[in-house]
Formats: sequence, structure tokens, C-alpha cells
Amino acid sequence: MNLDEALQTFITESRELLEDMENALLNVDIAGEQGEAINAIFRAAHTIKGSAGLFSLDHIVAFTHVVESLLDEVRDGRVTLNDEMIVLLLSCCDYLSGMTDALAAGQLEADPDTAPEGEMLLQQLRRHMAGGSAEHAAPAEAPLAVHAEPGVERIDQDRGDSDYWHISLRFGRGVLQNGMDPIAFLRYLAKLGKIVGIATVPDALPAADDMDAELCYLGFEIAFDSTADREAIAGVFEFVQDDCEIRIIPPHSKVSHYVDLIRALPEQAARLGEILVRCGSVTAHELEGALHQQAHPANPQDDTPPQQLGSILVGAGNVPPVVVEAALAKQKQVSEQKAQESRSIRVDSDKLDRLIDLVGELIIAGARANMIGQHIQNTELQECTSTLSGLVEEVRDAALELRMVKIGATFNRFQRVVHDVARELGKDIGLIVDGEDAELDKTVVEKIGDPLMHLVRNAMDHGIEPGDVRVAAGKPAKGMIKLNAFHESGSIVIEVSDDGGGLRKEKILAKAVERGLVDPERKLSDSEIYNLIFEAGFSTAEKITNLSGRGVGMDVVKRNITALRGSVDVSSKEGAGTTVTVRLPLTLAIIDGFLVQVGGSVFVIPLDMIEECIEYATEPGQDYCNLRGQVLPFVRLRSLFRIDGAATRRESIVVLKLGNQRAGLVVDTLLGEFQTVIKPLSPMFSEVKCISGSTILGSGEVALILDVAALMHTVSGKGTVAALAA
Amino acid sequence: MSDANGAAVARVALDGEMTIYRAADLKAIVLDALRKTQVLELDLSGVTELDTAGLQVLMLAKQTAKADQRELRLVKHSPAVLEIFDMLDLGAFFGDALLMHA
Repeated sequence: MNLDEALQTFITESRELLEDMENALLNVDIAGEQGEAINAIFRAAHTIKGSAGLFSLDHIVAFTHVVESLLDEVRDGRVTLNDEMIVLLLSCCDYLSGMTDALAAGQLEADPDTAPEGEMLLQQLRRHMAGGSAEHAAPAEAPLAVHAEPGVERIDQDRGDSDYWHISLRFGRGVLQNGMDPIAFLRYLAKLGKIVGIATVPDALPAADDMDAELCYLGFEIAFDSTADREAIAGVFEFVQDDCEIRIIPPHSKVSHYVDLIRALPEQAARLGEILVRCGSVTAHELEGALHQQAHPANPQDDTPPQQLGSILVGAGNVPPVVVEAALAKQKQVSEQKAQESRSIRVDSDKLDRLIDLVGELIIAGARANMIGQHIQNTELQECTSTLSGLVEEVRDAALELRMVKIGATFNRFQRVVHDVARELGKDIGLIVDGEDAELDKTVVEKIGDPLMHLVRNAMDHGIEPGDVRVAAGKPAKGMIKLNAFHESGSIVIEVSDDGGGLRKEKILAKAVERGLVDPERKLSDSEIYNLIFEAGFSTAEKITNLSGRGVGMDVVKRNITALRGSVDVSSKEGAGTTVTVRLPLTLAIIDGFLVQVGGSVFVIPLDMIEECIEYATEPGQDYCNLRGQVLPFVRLRSLFRIDGAATRRESIVVLKLGNQRAGLVVDTLLGEFQTVIKPLSPMFSEVKCISGSTILGSGEVALILDVAALMHTVSGKGTVAALAA
Repeated sequence: MSDANGAAVARVALDGEMTIYRAADLKAIVLDALRKTQVLELDLSGVTELDTAGLQVLMLAKQTAKADQRELRLVKHSPAVLEIFDMLDLGAFFGDALLMHA
């Protein structure tokens, strides 16, 4: 893998890990069981550190190291997690995200601009650690709280006194040629702890003439002081593990382990013993005693040829069985994880966009073939095109599904927003998330983030009352924001609700009159009044906080949502709360449409909006009809768009449904279903009402797509408010 | 040039990067020089980088000198060399006086 790609992977992974970390932090139950969450946080920090080390991203390694040390203490129960620490750790997450972003922007070194912030965070982190700041001044030399190898049996009498790990390395001949430098690995190892003693073993160097300067002949014996676990230490050498004999003996191991090590190594026993003693891993006395106890100490290097090293290690009990078991379990876990990973693949979203484009073209071409088939009246061809369009439809659905993502990820981001904003406002506010599994198009998800953010902040700032007011009103002191999502007739509906004070009609109306948005004489329904908050230049905030009321009002939210062919609506109950309902199309690319004709023009109506089609029958001059005992208002498309020509003899009414509203649309002819590839209208037509886009028919003609929401407004009279405001 | 014992002392200055890219050349240079003299002084003051391959050349020269009853002295270690010697605790192996650069 090329390094750039590897770095990209690192960046992507880090971002995911930071997200996990953030979620875990937000879900930590301060009072209750927190083991799982802490482990998750620790794992994230640990993995980022490990990977950053491989890319020599020293600034990231240094920072995560301290975070990890603190988390380690929390995990061991030496430090208890409190609210303040969670906030601090969240800031650390942000700082790491910042570094990752800088990395993505090509900055491989620490950014001097943000360094003071990092330094400040580090100081705070150290303050929280059990030992206080003094001991932790140098993070690379974390205090030696001898970290017991989990599950290692310590019953043996011959246990050594060494507090240090012993690492024995014999590099393969080819490592230098493979572009790896053993010294670089040792440098990285030194970041995990302190190299207490080291012996460079040059015994394998051949005579001058036989020596190839590009092969590696060296070995190292290292006494290493670290709180890292075996996995982490072995992880240092991950890149050379195929090309290097690595033996690691944990602290306090039996002396016989060192003896076994000596036997397993190619060098002379006496010399190795000397080296080990020099490293400080084992004392001369211990070693001598152990050597004496061995039954056959005669000629150790003969009966253990170096090529069998791997098996000898386990056979000789160098690795305790419990450790092996743990390693096997870990391995199994890893392979299961891999299996899960391989079930999903990452694809560049541009490729998906290209696929959707192609499917769109395919649909248009298919429609054309279909039309020609009908035209030349060849039954076989018609049969064939009908099968073809069935398949194309399936391909379309499958392709669109690829772009569908669950809204849960977007919702979960708000956990953090609510947490932070609540702190900032000094209010106690919780977030309930519902319907995370509802799926919608990736493009829509990306674009809905900002409007949603504004709605949530607005609800927290203006919606939820301060704690004392809430208690006085007989409500729980903790306010709740609720995010909900569900599918409804081809759209996704997202609700942002709060249990706050609700909107005050009189105040809104007074403000609207003051701003000249409505005529004081006009009678408005509750819903009309509430929707006034989406008008430009409307803000009822009495004081401007740094959250909302910065001039970016609800009108921007509305504009953004309308740009996505969506609609937004608000309902409220004074004293009980407000709900903002955002309705968005599931996809922005291709829809099932229904073709209708008026005069010479063909229009497309999104099929999901259509409830039924009925025959046109009404008294002349009336704009409503009787639909099974209910009044159905309708609009004549011919007069709406001022299309010339007389109506046909048999007109039809298409019954549209949007939310809980129903309206009819009078058209000349019904042409039937049509797969519609939405082509956006040029910006020139952005002011055109009631049209949301265009499409190309099989005949090559252009048909306009009707904007049902806007039509509904026209029919129900809501449009008057908008017209007044405009 | 000769030292106090009257043995011929040759001096070779190595500079630049003592890395894998030059290791083969360096080996030839050092061993050639070593064969021509009883005592070889390697001036390391100009060494800007030392990696495992470069280090091996120095270690090989030391061992070869010992086997051939010659003497290899490393002098004026540059900071890059000192750092590696210090990290790998090689002072005793080469047995030269290490002058710390202040």
C-alpha cells in the first residue's frame, strides 16, 4: 500500500474513532456502570496513538499518550471519571479532530497556532491524573506502575525481581533493503516507555569480505520500562514482524524464561547471559542459580537450532498458557471483526453519483425505446421493452438505495451539540432521538445538517425555559429536545420538538404587524401565525445570545429546506412546547412520476403525492367538488399556468395529498406512470412558482415537474401570506 | 603521521549521510583505509545522519581491525553519531572517548 493511501486510511479511521470516542463520552453514566464506555474511549485513543506512531506523527502521538495515560488510570480505578473530566476529554477529542483535519490538509507537523491550546489541555489532563502533575511532567517516561500482564501466573518461586520488560530482537537480513531501519523502530519503542538498558549484538557480522553492507546483521537485547502491555510493545515491530525474531519477556517473569531465551538465541550462552545482566533484565546471581538447576546445561546452543525459535518459545513456556489463550481469543475477535468489515466497502461518493447519472440516462433511453416500440406496433419489441423497463426500474431502486444512509449518525451528532449548548446556556437539557433507522439520500443528509442544527439550537435557546421557570410551571427542571424521523408518502419527515414554553401567538402577531409582514385587519389561523416565524426579518428573541438571534433566522432554515424541495411547518401549544416538522424528498435524483397533459404541455406529478384520480364533475364556476361527502378544493392547471385552448371534453381531477391536506388538480388527460429523472431548472427560473424541475420524455420533449407543496399553498390560500411577505 | 608508539596513523574523514544509500561505498572506503595502516582514525565530525547500515559499517571496521591486530579510533563524533551511540549504548563497544558537544 502506498503511504499516501495508508495516511488517508489513517485519517478516515481516526475520524471514525474520534466519533466513537465522543459518543462513548457522552453516554458515560457518571453514577453507574461505566466499564464498557471507558474501554471504548481507551481503545479509540490507543488505536489513534498506535497508528499515528507508524506515520511518525509525533505531535499526535505525544498528545494521545497523555490522554491515554489518564484513561488508563480511570480504567484501573485509580481516578474516577467526573463531569469536568468528560468536558475536558471532549475538548481533547475536538483538538485531535483539529489535528486530523490539519493532517488531511497536508500538514504533517504540529500547528504552532494551536499548540498553546494543546499544551493547556495536556496540563489539565495531567492535573486529573492520580499522581498529580510532577510525576507526569515527561509523558514519555510515565511512572512505573508495574502493569501486570493480565492473567500471568505468578506462583513460581524462581520469579525474577526485574520490573522491566525484556525484549530480544534479531533483525532479518533483508530489513534494510525493504526500506526499514531498525534504529527507527527503537526510537518509536522509546516512546512507549524508557529503554533502561540496551545491548547491541553484532555477533552475526561476518568477516569483512563476506559482509554485504546492505544487509542487516544486528540484534538487540533491551530492558524496557513501560506500562504498555505486550500487545502494544509487539505492535511497535508490527511492520517487521515477518522479518525479525522478536521475543518479549514480561516484567517479573521466571528466571527460567530468561534461560530459555538464552538457549533459543544463536549467540553463545555465556555471552548472552552477560548481555542480559548488563541490560539489567536479570541479575547475575539469579541467572547462575537457574543455570545450575537445569538438568542438561552442557551444550545449550547445539540442541536448539535457531530456525525452531517460534515453537520453542511456546514449548519452553516462554509465553504463559494464559497469555496464549488470551491471544487466541483476541485473534478470534479480530477475525470476526474483519469478517464484519469485509461485508461493507468504502466507495468514493463521486462514483455513486456517476452511477446515478448513468441510470438516469438509461431510464431516458429506455423510455425512448418504449415509445418507438409502441409507435411501430411490434408486439415482440413491446414485450421486450416492457421487460427492459422493469429491470431498469430495479436497477434504479438498487442504485438509489446505495446512496441511502441512516439518519442516526446525523442525529447522534446532536448529542454533543445539546450537551455543549446546554452547558453554555446554563440549562439542563436532554436529547431524545427516535427513528434513527429512517434512511434518506446522502446528499439530503449532508444538506440537512445545518438547518437542523439551527432548529435544535433555537429550541434550546428560545424554546426551553430556564430551570426555575420550568419548576414554577410544574414541569420537570430538565428540559427535553426530541428529534424524530419517519417516512411518509415518499418523503422523510424530521421533527424537532421541545417541551418548552411554546410560541406566543399574540407576540408573534404583534411583531409581524409591527414589521409590516401582515395586515392588522387580517384574520389568521393559529398555524398561519406560527409559520410567520419563517418570514425573513422576523426574530422575537428579546435578547441576543451568541447562539441564535445572530441575524440568521428561521427564514434561512426555510430557504435551505425549500432548496431541497422540502417544506417546513411549525406547530405549538403555549406552555407545552413547539414542534418543527421538516418534510424532505427521499432522493434528489430520480422519482416515480405521473404524467398529465394540459393542452400541448406535459407535466410530471411525483407519484407518491397522488392519492387517486377521479372524473371531473362540478358546477361551473366552483373551485371545489364533492369527494365522497367531503369538500375537495381544486385548482385548474390550465388557468394556473395560463395555457391557451379550450378544455377537453372529459377532464380529470388528480387528488394530491401532502401531510394531512388534500387538494385536486384539474388536467386534460392522464398519461400514466413515468420514471422521472429530475433535471434541475436553470437558476434563471428559480423564481418560478409551482415548478420544481424538469425531465426529458422518451420523445425527447421536456416536461415540467410540479412542485406539489407550492401548489397546495396556492390552493389552501396559505400562499397569500407568502405573497404578502414577498 | 605517527602516534606516540611510533605506529603509522592514517586519518580519514567521513561526512554527509552514513546511510544505506552509501553503505556499500563507505564499507569499501573504510576497509581500504584500514588495510593500508596500523592505526586508522575516522573523523566523524561531518556525519549528518547515521542509520543501521552506516552503523554496521563502523562496527564491521571495528571487528575487522581487532581481528587483524590493527586499531580503529573514532574521533570527533558528530551529534547525529552521538545520539545513535547513546541510544544503543555503543560507547563501550567502540571504546573511544566520546566528546559531548555542548
